[in-house]
Amino acid sequence: MNVALFVTCLTDTFFPRAGEAVVRVLRHYGCQVSFPAAQTCCGQPAYNSGFHNEARRLAAHLVDVFTAHPCDCIVTPSASCAAMVQHHGPELLAGDPHRAAAAQAVAGRTFEFGRFLRERLQVDIAAALQWREPVTFHYPCHARDSYSPAELQAWLTPPLCGSTNSGAPLRLPLHVDQCCGFGGLFSVDYPEVSGAMLAEKLDGLAATGARLVVCNEAACALQLAGGAHRRGLPLRFQHLAECLAEALGLMEPEA
Amino acid sequence: MSGGLQDRMAAATRDKRVIGAIRLATWRKVEKRETALASLPHADDLRARAAQIRRHTIEHLPRYLGQFAERVAAAGGHVHFAANAAVACQIITKLAAARTLRLAVKSKSMTSEEIHLNAALEAQGVQVVETDLGEFIVQIDRDRPSHIITPIIHKDRKQVAEAMVRELGCEYSEDPQVLSMIARHHLRDIFRRCDLGISGVNFGIAESGTLCLITNEGNGRLTTTRPRVHVALMGIEKVIPRLTDLPVFLKLISRASGGQAMSVYTTLITGPRKPSDRDGPEELHVVIMDNGRSGILNGPAAEVLNCIRCGACLNACPVYRNTGGHAYDSVYPGPIGALITPLLFGPAHAELPRASSLCGACKVACPVNIDIPALLVRLRHLSRGQQPWSKRLLMQLWSRAMSSPTLYRWGQYLLRGIVADDGTGWATRGPGPLGAWTTQRDLLRPAARSFRERWREELRDDA
Ligand code: SF4
Repeated sequence: MNVALFVTCLTDTFFPRAGEAVVRVLRHYGCQVSFPAAQTCCGQPAYNSGFHNEARRLAAHLVDVFTAHPCDCIVTPSASCAAMVQHHGPELLAGDPHRAAAAQAVAGRTFEFGRFLRERLQVDIAAALQWREPVTFHYPCHARDSYSPAELQAWLTPPLCGSTNSGAPLRLPLHVDQCCGFGGLFSVDYPEVSGAMLAEKLDGLAATGARLVVCNEAACALQLAGGAHRRGLPLRFQHLAECLAEALGLMEPEA
Repeated sequence: MSGGLQDRMAAATRDKRVIGAIRLATWRKVEKRETALASLPHADDLRARAAQIRRHTIEHLPRYLGQFAERVAAAGGHVHFAANAAVACQIITKLAAARTLRLAVKSKSMTSEEIHLNAALEAQGVQVVETDLGEFIVQIDRDRPSHIITPIIHKDRKQVAEAMVRELGCEYSEDPQVLSMIARHHLRDIFRRCDLGISGVNFGIAESGTLCLITNEGNGRLTTTRPRVHVALMGIEKVIPRLTDLPVFLKLISRASGGQAMSVYTTLITGPRKPSDRDGPEELHVVIMDNGRSGILNGPAAEVLNCIRCGACLNACPVYRNTGGHAYDSVYPGPIGALITPLLFGPAHAELPRASSLCGACKVACPVNIDIPALLVRLRHLSRGQQPWSKRLLMQLWSRAMSSPTLYRWGQYLLRGIVADDGTGWATRGPGPLGAWTTQRDLLRPAARSFRERWREELRDDA
């Protein structure tokens, strides 16, 4: 399958390792991977803040980039950017005679990484993973269209027997689908409220005792890792793709 | 303007006592709601059905309101239409004056809070006593409710006990049982003497002109049967078409509110006391109030009128949980309050929809499937002109830069340059607008090599 990557601006800038892991895992499962270099941002921060003209400009750019780039599917490591492309892109461009149809076509071809592995490649994610230590996870709010908290939990739960798993458990955080408090501009417009939500979330993650947190969303990871660093909590954040790439021997484990 | 809300919310997060009480109570309610809904067969179908009934009613509101008013009158009740808060207050104060009513009991009604009815009545010499235990405590403590269902969610036992000792002169006790018995004795005496009963309406049934009232303490029944005159105050959106629609909502509302399968008291009232009745008011008045609602009906957020005021979205909301209801400065706090407050009370509250991370917990909780996050974004869009010019300019510049691959790359380099490298990979003080970010958390430095650089340099040919 011919896959074009939409790496998203935050992954590109802050978490390139997660992007690299996506490439390696997709190739491992037989995909032809390409990266249209003209891509930038899906426009989500502007859209969510109500600046829809500004968001429309970015949605148009994204649609143009991926329309000019032939591929079977578009895969992105971020569920919130996937939701932006799938729902709000077509909504913003509905009145654009040149792009309305193209926006629908791009939306129809876009998948969040985990969803793509499960649905299009039929990968048994849980069986492919391997935990060398206890692990917990963060469920990103905007993933609801791509996967449910229960699904994410199932993806991350190693099968009980018949595999190479050491049996290190998945530890459920308290209130699994609670928000990390990022919310784009909300985090700088209402820093104290955002900080209080972050503290609540970090307490829940830290209480699991696991040090590795699977977090499939660069925005949440930026917020959570920043909070953990400020408070000196020994938490590491990795994208599902990084965990898979390490388990499949495609990447060196992170120090 | 925006500074007001931002400051109030920031201050609210620092009140550890209040936040502690609210966190505890809301999480408990969220868990109970989840369990109660999970035990309800076909809960999702029921929610879809409830949403559909609400949507249908709101779409045909004039028709159902007309039918409702007609049937209330046919059952012997009096119907009044109030265009706004002032008119509604006037109707009720005049009613009281004309009949020399002196002591009013009130069963919890958000609508009456909305129009400040107590103050209006008291200005006319009518004493008003709240009979819902929570509202009663709010009243004697000269406080404001902070939740639409649980008005004293922000108080702990100690505060309740202190208020009761001070105002009622009782012995100090933190035992809820003891405290509610004291309040009950006090209120029984009021019920004996009152001559006006004021209630809200949970649902007004159009086909029969029946009022449905839901309470947990029985005070609603006393309020609507004991006094000579009963005045029910209802927003125009509270109507539902048929009696057979009611069970759909009854199954959902108490489960959504706090995990009860059914509220303790569900009262159905059709008309005033009839000759064969053993109790009930001699006169029943229904005040149907608009107060900005028809404006919502014809606007881009009409969906908010589907709300049945269960309060589930408040309990689920992490912003509400960490700030409490008072910070919203509205009788309607939480996610639904962030929508209806600016819609009802105007642009002074336009900032409210922005005070949300759009996490969607409210949408998951709402028993009538209102898409609250989508509506928040819609209202943000409509009020974008009120945002500070600097922010609007920044957004424009940002979106222009980000739609050019070259400028995007330069932006990345720039960011790498200005987020100072202290050798740890983290910045503890962000530059410019990022300063607000680093009041709460450290800022990860942009990676030394972006993904696109890795792609260009090795990943592309790595296959
Ligand atoms: S918006 Fe939904 S959850 Fe919130 S109070 Fe209304 S009905 Fe309940």
